[in-house]
Amino acid sequence: MIGLSHYLIVSAIIFSIGLVGVLRRRNLLMLFFATEVMLNAVNIAFAAISHYYNDLTGQMFAFFVIAIAASEVAVGLGILIVLYKKHGSLDLDDLANMRG
Amino acid sequence: MYEIVAFYLFSALTIGLFFVTVMSKNILYAMTSLASGMVLISGFFFVLGADFLGVVQLIVYVGAIMALYSFAMMFFDATRDIKERNTGNALVFLLGGLSALVLVLIFAAPIHSDAIQALYPMHEGVGNAQDVGIVLFTKYLIPFEVAAVMLLVAMIAGIILAGKKMDASLTEDISVDDEILVVKDEK
Repeated sequence: MIGLSHYLIVSAIIFSIGLVGVLRRRNLLMLFFATEVMLNAVNIAFAAISHYYNDLTGQMFAFFVIAIAASEVAVGLGILIVLYKKHGSLDLDDLANMRG
Repeated sequence: MYEIVAFYLFSALTIGLFFVTVMSKNILYAMTSLASGMVLISGFFFVLGADFLGVVQLIVYVGAIMALYSFAMMFFDATRDIKERNTGNALVFLLGGLSALVLVLIFAAPIHSDAIQALYPMHEGVGNAQDVGIVLFTKYLIPFEVAAVMLLVAMIAGIILAGKKMDASLTEDISVDDEILVVKDEK
């Protein structure tokens, strides 16, 4: 039988995949993909806890996470396009211009 | 039985696809694997009985967000492989795994207490969408409205940020544009 811990372990594995992606990616678009992976992992955990505790609060939080992810993508892609117009690349090492 | 098969199939496929997303050098491969992983995550939601959340995941993530990403990918050169300077891959894996473990322990620690009780329990014989609607429009009405305003603000910000000088090409340099203009003029 599949218990709550199974879902939480899968969610933790996916979250750590996303975290590794955030740490190793240098391209900004790929960095956004890694954050989406992390948000999805959290949503799995919310839905699983909601199911096993017979409580709807987890699903509510998952809805708000999805809404926040949508607005994050809208603003983030706008900023990405502006950065690409200004610098001609999306590499984080090229964008690091605050080094004194 | 059916739940066990679905769980292991979905989890193996999702982990593999997201691994491709994080490790691939090609933006196109990363994006398609991310989209298919999100479809499989909605499968998780259907198995867990959160039907409405699964449908929202399909519509918003696979429909809207991936369409937005593919739209943004048209501005950047997607066929070219990305060159990234990666520092210490093993160290990154170790640090990522360890910090994810710590985060999971922090957030899972309160669950092990028995003090958790259902605030908004699901009702028997009522569909999931109806249940979600009742709770969302009574107990979570103000966060819902705030999320709506936030989406509006994000939409305006996206239009203003991306909308300037949209007639100019991003990937081609100006000389190529000039050549096209010259060819058009000759015609």
